[in-house]
Amino acid sequence: MRWSAPRLPSRSTVSKVLMDGNSAIAEAAIRAGLRCYFGYPITPQNELTEYMAMHLGRKKGCTFLQAESEVAAINMVYGASLVGARAMTSSSSPGISLKQEGISYLAACELPAVIVNMQRGGPGLGSIAAAQSDYFQATRGGGHGDYRTIVLGPSSVQELADMTMRAFDLADKYKIPVMILGDGVLGQMKEPVEFKREAPEITPTREGTLQGAGGGASRIVKTFTSNPSELEEINWSLFRRYQLIKKNETTWDTYMTDDARLVVVAYGIAARIARGAIKSLRAKGLKVGLFRPVTLWPFPDEPLRELVKNVRQLLVFEMNMGQMIEDVQLALAGKGEVSFYGRPGGVIPAPDEVGRVMSRLYYQKGLK
Amino acid sequence: MKLIYTRPESLKKAAFHYCPGCGHSVAHRLVCEVIDEMELRGRTIGIPPPGCSVFAYNYFDVDMAESAHGRGAAVATGIKRACPGIIVFTYQGDGDLAGIGTAETIHAANRGENITTIFINNAVYGMTGGQMAPTTLSGMKTTTTPYGRDPATEGRPMRMSEMLAPLEGVAYIERVAISSPANIRKAKKAIARAFRMQIDNRGFSMVEILSPCPTNWKMTPVQSWKWVEEEMTRVFPPGVYKDVTEPENAG
Repeated sequence: MRWSAPRLPSRSTVSKVLMDGNSAIAEAAIRAGLRCYFGYPITPQNELTEYMAMHLGRKKGCTFLQAESEVAAINMVYGASLVGARAMTSSSSPGISLKQEGISYLAACELPAVIVNMQRGGPGLGSIAAAQSDYFQATRGGGHGDYRTIVLGPSSVQELADMTMRAFDLADKYKIPVMILGDGVLGQMKEPVEFKREAPEITPTREGTLQGAGGGASRIVKTFTSNPSELEEINWSLFRRYQLIKKNETTWDTYMTDDARLVVVAYGIAARIARGAIKSLRAKGLKVGLFRPVTLWPFPDEPLRELVKNVRQLLVFEMNMGQMIEDVQLALAGKGEVSFYGRPGGVIPAPDEVGRVMSRLYYQKGLK
Repeated sequence: MKLIYTRPESLKKAAFHYCPGCGHSVAHRLVCEVIDEMELRGRTIGIPPPGCSVFAYNYFDVDMAESAHGRGAAVATGIKRACPGIIVFTYQGDGDLAGIGTAETIHAANRGENITTIFINNAVYGMTGGQMAPTTLSGMKTTTTPYGRDPATEGRPMRMSEMLAPLEGVAYIERVAISSPANIRKAKKAIARAFRMQIDNRGFSMVEILSPCPTNWKMTPVQSWKWVEEEMTRVFPPGVYKDVTEPENAG
């Protein structure tokens, strides 16, 4: 059987190409100056790894390596990041669990890296269908210790491309691992996408990284210490950076919220589904809108508090049993009224189904 | 007056925290002497493991970065792939390399990663208080084999050098022992040979060092060195297990 490689979109003439989400992430990463990709096969993100094998591996000064495990892959990312290379790995839910050890070390040692999680149904081996069941794991750090990672929640192929580029910039700016929290649908579906950067001819190396001591003093990258107060200071210094990230990088999006009486809070592919439902309900005269966190950590709690000054009824919709709803409730601290609709396990509801839930709630709460 | 013995430049002026008779301080010094003599200090990165030798970065005066337990070979792979000009060595114990990091070690070796591994085999988990390691000898008492390691339930000691040598990506493997001045000189030669393989882009190189741990073996330093010589070497015979530059040893 002959296997033909996906063709790299021309980097000069074509502005928009039709691409699946996984490949779009890979292409965007290469254009963002990715130098090292380490991966391991897992559905539904294999197109990403395969695209890297085809297009990154032969690029000058770049490395594609299929690791022996998820654990090895993330530790290779750690090694490449130590010496200043833009490095990434990608996986799906069960594989991301295995990467948590390495993510904790990256966070501890203040090393930039990009990690893609194209979520699938869990727990356990779960299913290979799209889900949003790793929200807790992603937004609470995920591994051991007191840390956070920046988490981006794309909801279209275009956003996957844009956020991949943003992820590398954020990772370098704040010396932090950044996770792109996608899902199986986003990874597999094809949409027109425009890449907003040309791939650099020479891939840059970050400054201030380990390169051997040269003629100067040697440096150590580590967190381990036998002195707890030393580690406490490391933790506080990380925390201060997290506060800065909250202040500068919190991002969200709204759709038809201006006159809305009921607002759906959803991210990623769930937000995309909700948007379809909102369009139909608007045509029937229901004043509904969408609030979409774009950064899942930091969570946009201030904008959400602003929103409930005008809208009392919120419906949190997630493809899980209720995870982001906890952040919504924390943000609102009892203000407004929060309902929930969720489908776990990899079941993807159609916009009509979500529309019916919204419509029922709309009438129950006497908003008509 | 001729200066014949001094502190290697790559070894910091710090007092070792290791127990009296421990093999780590000797092994550290040997690696530093080799780094000096081969003039590698400026372009070397070392990866110490969790364990007693996690503090290696307080002694090696080269760039150092901590690794998760067992992941040294994967971290070194990432460094070497991103910057092939850097000389990378991992410094790993037996629990690290032969237990939790077996997969990373075997696959890095099989890919022929151009890295050097200093493998300290002292047959116990040292820092955690002397538990059974994959290399613990049959019948040997540790805190988790209080009646002695029983091969029927705990298996027999893993021989990593023998296991890795046949892999085609491996350029050089030698097992040495810190048990006498003569053997220490042999160990240094082996370490130099391993770094030479990396400089010449030959592939994976490893020196397994049988190393005394008097504290956890509950022996005096002198007894422990004797135990390495008389007991450990029977299970782990010293020698060159692979050397791709010597046809008869090419494996």
